[in-house]
Amino acid sequence: MLDKNGIAKRIAKEVKDGYYVNLGIGIPTLVANFVRNDIEVEFQSENGVLGMGPFPFEGEEDADIINAGKQTITTLPGASFFDSATSFGMIRGKHVDLTILGAMEVAENGDIANWKIPGKMVKGMGGAMDLVASAENIIVAMMHTNKSGQSKLLNRCTLPLTGVGCVKKIVTNMAVLEVKNHAFHLLERAPGVSVEDIKKATEGRLVVAGDIPEMEL
Amino acid sequence: MINKKVANVEEALKGVESGMTLMLGGFGLCGIPENAIAELVRLEINDITCISNNAGVDDFGLGLLLQNHQIKKMVSSYVGENDEFERQMLSGELEVELTPQGTLAEKCRAAQAGFPAFYTPAGYGTEVAEGKETREFDGKMYVLEAAYKADFSFVKAWKGDEAGNLIFKGTARNFNPCMCGAATITVAEVEELLPAGNLDPNQIHIPGIFVQRIFQGKRYEKRIEQRTVRATEHVG
Repeated sequence: MLDKNGIAKRIAKEVKDGYYVNLGIGIPTLVANFVRNDIEVEFQSENGVLGMGPFPFEGEEDADIINAGKQTITTLPGASFFDSATSFGMIRGKHVDLTILGAMEVAENGDIANWKIPGKMVKGMGGAMDLVASAENIIVAMMHTNKSGQSKLLNRCTLPLTGVGCVKKIVTNMAVLEVKNHAFHLLERAPGVSVEDIKKATEGRLVVAGDIPEMEL
Repeated sequence: MINKKVANVEEALKGVESGMTLMLGGFGLCGIPENAIAELVRLEINDITCISNNAGVDDFGLGLLLQNHQIKKMVSSYVGENDEFERQMLSGELEVELTPQGTLAEKCRAAQAGFPAFYTPAGYGTEVAEGKETREFDGKMYVLEAAYKADFSFVKAWKGDEAGNLIFKGTARNFNPCMCGAATITVAEVEELLPAGNLDPNQIHIPGIFVQRIFQGKRYEKRIEQRTVRATEHVG
């Protein structure tokens, strides 16, 4: 079973040379820590920066330079700032190569829910609806089950949707899965996790074809 | 040169009345029009419909207007950092229209650029698209979203000149340029207001034609929401 950093580490392997990447809040933010340093990647934050660098050293924080999580950041050589309409033009216009975001629920038809629990939690969708509606290459980073052990990979989402039919790849603490033909297709197992464990933790239709390799991290 | 300079925030907010629709720039607490917000509090402008990406935090930014119950309706994409906001929304005291962030930005830009509406894929198949016209282009579904109509927009820039030209700094740019010229009257507040001729025309982000009033803010707190740092590297 992977922890949050493990999930981020596995997803980092999907980041390729020359990619512009948008990282969501939470586990996705951690992905930046594990990207190989022999490839060139630029991170986009939808509040208006491309070429995001690490957090600043203490005393060098600038209130005018933050990421979409409202955290103080730095920029790298080649970085640029732009307005919000331009930023979402990059996203909607499919200029961003890879989008990594979190989810509360994902369904076997590729639907995703991550912005609202009616009557309980309403934080808003932020940029998530724009991202999932436009990006062609979306990886969802999430825990396979909730705190009470119930599957978050479902037949149908029960929470209000963020987008329909848009998720193609999921990396959880238990597995890597591809979403196609109305099913979750198991690609890899996390270290120490069996196919049986994954079957038990997946409510939606799960396709297991042949031997399922353990993830290489 | 058409002079847009006004003496102070009091003059800049002349004509703002209760019940109006106001746009306010900023992302989180970054690049918010601090001086205009403080003046809205002081003037006790009420029943505001507020178009702004976020709602501030409990004791700063738009949170100050929420504390006083001056906001009737909030149009935002993300409101997660504000307990008072969540309380007012769940209790029904505050009307809330949640809009995808890119759509919110584009609804401002459409108003600025004279488009009545536009199609976007964001929100298709979700509750955001309920009651809205949808249409297929090249096999993909899109939602028709209308441009905003607002009485005033309040934006914050880094530098400006008396002609109303604006330059933004860092990610404090965010929604500010999109909101310029998107309301009947655009009020820009800047950290440094210079005489015309002191800004390089090549470096202007927003031309003065989109701005009706400009003033230099008295002071900027520039509060940081999430102060994140890394450990200092030891050399040698």
